[in-house]
Amino acid sequence: MAVKQISVFIENRVGGLAEVTDALGSANINIRALSISETSDFGILRLIVDDVNKAAKVMREGGFICQVTDVLAVAGEDKPGSIAKIISALTKGNVDMEYAYAFFAKNEDLAYMIVRVDDEEMDRAVRYLKDNGIQVVDEEDVMNL
Amino acid sequence: MGKFYDEEMETLPADKLRALQSERLVKQVKRVWDNVPYYRKKMEAKGVTPDDIKGIEDLHKLPFMTKDDLRDAYPYGLLACDRKDVVRIHSTSGTTGKRVVAFYTQNDIDLWDNCCARALTAAGADEGDIVQVSYGYGLFTGGMGLHGGSTKLGCMTVPISSGNTERQIQFMTDLEASILCCTPSYAAYLAESINEQGMRDKIKLKAGIFGAEAWTEEMRADIEKKLGIKAYDIYGLTELSGPGVAYECEAQKGMHINEDHFIAEIINPKTQEVIPDNEKGELVFTSLTKEAFPLLRYRTKDLCVLNREKCSCGRTFVRMHKPMGRSDDMLIIRGVNVFPSQIETVLLKEGMPPNYQIIVDRVNNTDTFDINVEMTEDMFSDRMSKISEKEGHLMAALKTMLGIQAKVHLVAPKTIERSEGKAVRVIDKRKLY
Ligand SMILES: [Zn+2]
Repeated sequence: MAVKQISVFIENRVGGLAEVTDALGSANINIRALSISETSDFGILRLIVDDVNKAAKVMREGGFICQVTDVLAVAGEDKPGSIAKIISALTKGNVDMEYAYAFFAKNEDLAYMIVRVDDEEMDRAVRYLKDNGIQVVDEEDVMNL
Repeated sequence: MGKFYDEEMETLPADKLRALQSERLVKQVKRVWDNVPYYRKKMEAKGVTPDDIKGIEDLHKLPFMTKDDLRDAYPYGLLACDRKDVVRIHSTSGTTGKRVVAFYTQNDIDLWDNCCARALTAAGADEGDIVQVSYGYGLFTGGMGLHGGSTKLGCMTVPISSGNTERQIQFMTDLEASILCCTPSYAAYLAESINEQGMRDKIKLKAGIFGAEAWTEEMRADIEKKLGIKAYDIYGLTELSGPGVAYECEAQKGMHINEDHFIAEIINPKTQEVIPDNEKGELVFTSLTKEAFPLLRYRTKDLCVLNREKCSCGRTFVRMHKPMGRSDDMLIIRGVNVFPSQIETVLLKEGMPPNYQIIVDRVNNTDTFDINVEMTEDMFSDRMSKISEKEGHLMAALKTMLGIQAKVHLVAPKTIERSEGKAVRVIDKRKLY
């Protein structure tokens, strides 16, 4: 049920982020969702793209440091309280969330959220979400958004 | 002409001084040959015996000693007296292999105290003075060295040690300290604090003796102005005793080397040949009177110039210029010796490629120490907590190795500056030389 995410190391300086997105753009890779977390020295750019393997290859060839990991993609109605519902389901299940970020698809009534949980917690997290009536989306669904 | 602590020695004519050095050298060589197998082996390897050393003109026949010898002979291999005759040790910071442990008999301590008493006298002190010793006490030689000299001279000695600036200023004003001894960076920091607090009129300092790290003439002028004192330099090494190997007089034009205890030579660090006075090279010392830990022809790695011109103070001892750099890559950061190779060792041990760059600067009179490390796929993660964990682990390993805290910055691969294909490992912005 997991979705592949690519994370890229970026230095905290002007143009650091653009170098990555330019390289992906030139390789015709489409970015579906994006989040950045940063310290004073560096940032971690996390992306959901349409072709993660190609993206990883482009990054490595460009001298970037990257990693591909499994994350959960969940869908909720695009209305107040739906994200809260997802988070409270995970909290209730004692699933530790390392980070999360939301994204929206065009022409849809659904809001999506990427959630990073421990690799060993993945199955349990999916179960809790489903038990709470939350839709977990798979790779193919995300690509088709 | 100023005052002397030991006028006879400090003004000994050149020929008499040379005769004294020769006599002491011959005795010292015989002593180490008889008592230290390590020395005997080194001399044998060079085909030299004590019979070959008839005076100072034969000094060049002796092998050099380096920090490597100290490491090989650690801990007791160079001890030249009975262990029961040792009354104290001192040590530099740093980890095994880089740390120096030196031994002292009571006589060694007495002579060292004398050297420091000479330095204090040259800075204008006498038994009427109140000496605030704000160097660290303990294994470090600074505190106990100046403390010994000050006590010997009969000064009221304030063993306050380093740190706690508020208390420093309070003692200085309440007790009316007249001489301050500490590192130049701490002196500059104290000077700033005193002025900020509007205490300048309350202090009675007239002079300061500042050593154990490199400082510039600009820094001297700044400290002198801010505290209204004369600021004197002092030089020493734990290997030789501690502060007081050389000291500045009222002329403030180089430090007089206590030549009755130490012979100074300048060599070309590449060819190891002795070079003439007034030419820059590596400073080499032979200790003539040390009993417990006598080093012959010890290479300090400090680049320096010797000046035998007559000094206006009347002292006949040769003067050494402030060290003008290092012939190795050692850095002194916050008083701690740091070798770039130590950082390389840690990175390799942590499974990281040794791509790093040290950046040292001085901000508000305190050294800053940053290390840029190139990020690797192994260390990288999508999770910040995992990266922080590894970064923390690396910083702890560096602290253990170096003895001081460095700030680690993770940078993108292949971004560490390279000049002519060679990585630039050290950027020292302090401009100390
Ligand atoms: Zn002089």
